[in-house]
Amino acid sequence: MAGMVQTTVRSKLSLTGLNMTFGHGNEVVDVLENIDLEVREGEFICLLGPSGCGKSTLLNIVGGFLKPSSGEVVIDGEPVRGPDPRRIFVFQERGVFPWLTVEGNIGFGLFRLSRQEKARRIAHYVELVGLQGFERAYPHELSGGMKQRVEVARALAVNPDMLFLDEPFGALDSITRLEMRRELLRIWRAERKTILFVTHDIEESVQLADRVVVMSTRPARIRNIMEINIPHPRDISSRRYLDLRDSIFEQIGLAHKI
Amino acid sequence: MRAWAKALPWAFVALLILTWQMAISHQPAAILPTPWAVVLGIQELAVKGLLLKYVVASLFRVTWGYVLAAVLAIPFGLFLGWHRRGQVALNPLLQILRPISALAWIPLAILWFGVGDLASIFLIFLASFLPITVTAMNAVGSISSNHLNVGRNFGLSETQLVLKVLFPAVMPQLVVSLRVALGVAWLVVVAAEMIAATSGLGFLIVDARNAGNRYDLVVAGMVLIGLIGLLLDIMMRKLEHLSFLRWAHREE
Repeated sequence: MAGMVQTTVRSKLSLTGLNMTFGHGNEVVDVLENIDLEVREGEFICLLGPSGCGKSTLLNIVGGFLKPSSGEVVIDGEPVRGPDPRRIFVFQERGVFPWLTVEGNIGFGLFRLSRQEKARRIAHYVELVGLQGFERAYPHELSGGMKQRVEVARALAVNPDMLFLDEPFGALDSITRLEMRRELLRIWRAERKTILFVTHDIEESVQLADRVVVMSTRPARIRNIMEINIPHPRDISSRRYLDLRDSIFEQIGLAHKI
Repeated sequence: MRAWAKALPWAFVALLILTWQMAISHQPAAILPTPWAVVLGIQELAVKGLLLKYVVASLFRVTWGYVLAAVLAIPFGLFLGWHRRGQVALNPLLQILRPISALAWIPLAILWFGVGDLASIFLIFLASFLPITVTAMNAVGSISSNHLNVGRNFGLSETQLVLKVLFPAVMPQLVVSLRVALGVAWLVVVAAEMIAATSGLGFLIVDARNAGNRYDLVVAGMVLIGLIGLLLDIMMRKLEHLSFLRWAHREE
């Protein structure tokens, strides 16, 4: 039975034997070591690891911004050769264009569309991320959370089939961060994108992901892949949630007492 | 309160002129003309038709030298910033040329172009070209790599990337450097005209001294240079505050 279920779900992304080293001559740093990963269509994956472990490098390779030293990245059966508008990268911060308004930013990737279609899409995504009334505002007039919403809306507006998020809520305060997670899940359910989400926050990964890819310190290897089979909305005080969270704490080698 | 704050600098200028007038009336030796003599000097220039002629001559040279420099330096600097190899090749040369004052080129300018408009225009061009080139080059280097990556991610071609990311990103720095360069151009035109021209406000100053120690006309020339320089700067500041550049002042 399990095998039959497996074959009906298409593999969206597959990483095989991925290695990455930086530097030249004698100063060589291994950043990624032998990464293998399969991601199914529509899946929400969190890449979890300590700061500086190389998980952002991994995301940049999958996004096509970096070439791996060896190994292969295949999406929809095609090797990745560079960035592609079907797969949008959301940066940790400062990804919005300060010289464009909210509308201008959200419409940035829509230059191939007619004027009406562009306006319609912008209006739709302004509403989806709850920025009505701020269409003409410039990023410097917005809070950190609102800027991050602009960036997510800009990514979604081109209707990509994958989203790569690099610690997108890292710079936000903890209350805004919780709100943004709820929003992201709501959008994910509505739009059914395949999501790769990099974070160093264990709680965040267990709240969001279908599967959490736990990574080691540098050079980053995949330590374990945890299936988070809790239906949304997730009760973050439930036994199941706490067990999964604690088991990740243990895998990373942290005691959960301060 | 606001009106008072606006009046304050003018009141200070008035006070200074008054002090100037009083100081000179108590000091018989002629070390400076009186403010009134300067006003009469400006009037004399206006009546003779020299005022308009010299102002136009100076502005004409500045306009040509400066506009030519800006038109060439902006694309050149952006190109160098965009293509790392060009920057590596030319940067040392630029850094050696930059500390050489445009005034050091005066003898060569006269040798190549003779005394007249062309020599002054050449000197102004030199004085404006290098700083604008270097600013444009560095501005490209300071563009956030995130912004360029966003552009590439959304499938922009190289040309689109230049138009939609590079230009808007460097615009605020360019406008500031254009303002600074215009200030420098105005300084240089005066110096150039003192040696390499037979008209203009710089020539006026030297000529007034040589032709009979007319210090009232010397100071009149200085006042005119100051006022026109101020007007040019106000004009350029207005440009900096255009709505599409306002973001640059708010970014931390």
